[in-house]
Amino acid sequence: MMNNPSAPAIQFDQVSRHFGEVKAVDQVDLEIMDGEFFSMLGPSGSGKTTCLRMIAGFDRPTSGKIRLYGQDVSNLPPYDRDVNTVFQDYALFPHMNVGDNIAYGLMVKKVAKEERVRRVDEILELVQLTGFAGRKPSQLSGGQRQRVALARALINHPKVLLLDEPLGALDLKLRQQMQVELKAIQKRVGITFIFVTHDQEEAITMSDRIAVFNQGKIEQIGSPSDVYERPSSAFVAGFVGTSNLVKGEVAKRITGSEQTFSIRPEKIHLGSVRDKSAEDMVSIDGVVRDVIYLGLYTRYLVEIEGGGDLVVIEQNLKTTSMEVLSAKGQKVKLSWQKDHISRVGG
Amino acid sequence: MLNRISTFFYRRPGLVLALFLTPPLLYMVVVYLGSLFSLLINSFFSIDDFTGMVIREFTLKTYAQIFNPANREIFMRTGSMAFFVTVVDALIAFPLAYYIAKFSSRRLKTWLLIAVTIPLWSSYLVRVYAWKLILAKEGILSWFINLLHLNGPLDWLLSLPGIGGSSLSLSPIGMFIVFVYIWLPYMIIPIQTALERVPGSLLEASSDLGAKPYQTFRTVILPLAFPGVVAGSIFTFSLTLGDFIVPLTLGNSKFFIGQAVYSYQGTGGNIPLAAAMTMGPVVIMVVYLLIARKLGAFDAL
Repeated sequence: MMNNPSAPAIQFDQVSRHFGEVKAVDQVDLEIMDGEFFSMLGPSGSGKTTCLRMIAGFDRPTSGKIRLYGQDVSNLPPYDRDVNTVFQDYALFPHMNVGDNIAYGLMVKKVAKEERVRRVDEILELVQLTGFAGRKPSQLSGGQRQRVALARALINHPKVLLLDEPLGALDLKLRQQMQVELKAIQKRVGITFIFVTHDQEEAITMSDRIAVFNQGKIEQIGSPSDVYERPSSAFVAGFVGTSNLVKGEVAKRITGSEQTFSIRPEKIHLGSVRDKSAEDMVSIDGVVRDVIYLGLYTRYLVEIEGGGDLVVIEQNLKTTSMEVLSAKGQKVKLSWQKDHISRVGG
Repeated sequence: MLNRISTFFYRRPGLVLALFLTPPLLYMVVVYLGSLFSLLINSFFSIDDFTGMVIREFTLKTYAQIFNPANREIFMRTGSMAFFVTVVDALIAFPLAYYIAKFSSRRLKTWLLIAVTIPLWSSYLVRVYAWKLILAKEGILSWFINLLHLNGPLDWLLSLPGIGGSSLSLSPIGMFIVFVYIWLPYMIIPIQTALERVPGSLLEASSDLGAKPYQTFRTVILPLAFPGVVAGSIFTFSLTLGDFIVPLTLGNSKFFIGQAVYSYQGTGGNIPLAAAMTMGPVVIMVVYLLIARKLGAFDAL
């Protein structure tokens, strides 16, 4: 097989996938580096899963090329590609036990029985399921099934591992635990992970880089901090975390320019109208319309001068619930540092 | 008032359950199992050869008669017909069921399922007679075979001992064709249902892990569809075992179990022997199901 270790793990060259009139993926260019933990983030129907399915080979591009370490795999069937997938529903074979499920890839490649058993034991240890080989998938919890699905894919030493919203079915605590574990496993095995999710927090927690998908196109590619701190479009600003978009007249009042900008709620300081704002800060006055006490922090909805609402989040460092709730209806001054503003165009 | 009735039942869930279950259970136990039980009782009676009256005393004499050469031959003949009909039905049904379950769009699926079940809307008797005409010596099939100049192979087929005959409509081959046709929907539907329950992601996962299509078929699709095949084969096998219309209409004069039962209880007036002959297929089916369970047919249920 043609193989170029210095080439990107995955390269999309003007890849499109149309379903009739619908452009699920529209002329996407993308390079994913060797050993990267790469996330495809976007709402449902944004094309991220279709991209993953085209890398796996379940779907073929309408036009364009997909390369795996330099080799054009656009028209190879899934069983001829050196990539493996962890499915959203895990897709464990219900009629096989855990050991046979994990050894499936080795079995179809006619690997000798002793080696299969040895490697299954090895990988079960990696995913912390030692001793589970004899169980049926139906006897496992969601988190355990998830680990089996991961082990079943990793045992084949794929060049790239694809993960299709694998944590979506788990409850919050388990999900957070698995995020840490997945990242640790990826570091240990050194395989390129491509992770599809609609959960921005998940993507930010785990990824080296994130591609934000919207309507079949990539809106922005960058490190988690890039995407969060410097959203390149209103869509990214709104989808990755909550964000305040300020446009037109009001924007001009604050920054001197009519260009739309976004500001993260936690960057805004809620102060008294009498406060003087510092040199590197901008500010605007407003009235607190609503206060939502959330324990760890409080979310304020502030109507600002010139119209429009801004969401402000402040941690409850010193304040109690009674104090924050009494802020409702009061006049306040909102201020934030100039360099926390992201111009998003439009 | 209505409200009070609802509350009354809400507080007594056991009563609701009893009300719902009593009628079907009564029907099941009295009508269905009851008739089977009376069949069983009758099979242990015997008939007085001289008067033709049923002697209501326990005896195994009647069962012994089943094992006389003539009856044994009937069992063998019917059993092998049922076996081959089942195998061929399964072979025809599987690809069709697979296509319906996994590839057809929702709309097409509805139409295909209607097409599969349409034959069941018309009387079974009418269809058998229609086939008699199709398969007759002067029928459309012979005409078509004539057109293709395939008389030679057909004549050769009909000259085979055991399955041949003077024409298709008067031979075991003809019966076989009609049986395969008549019971096919009963094989397609259970297999389709079983395949419908296999998530597409399992097939993708198999292929993703490196399995070629034939490996996926053997290690994933077939084991998961097997309960459906078994369910379908129970239909085709037992329906063929018990049928008497097709052999009566199409076959040569050699008896099948259903025919034998029909004539024993009717013209023969030998109810005990008819009952004993009927127990034969019941026993065969029980044995078949036990074997199927051993093979793991119901593990995936």
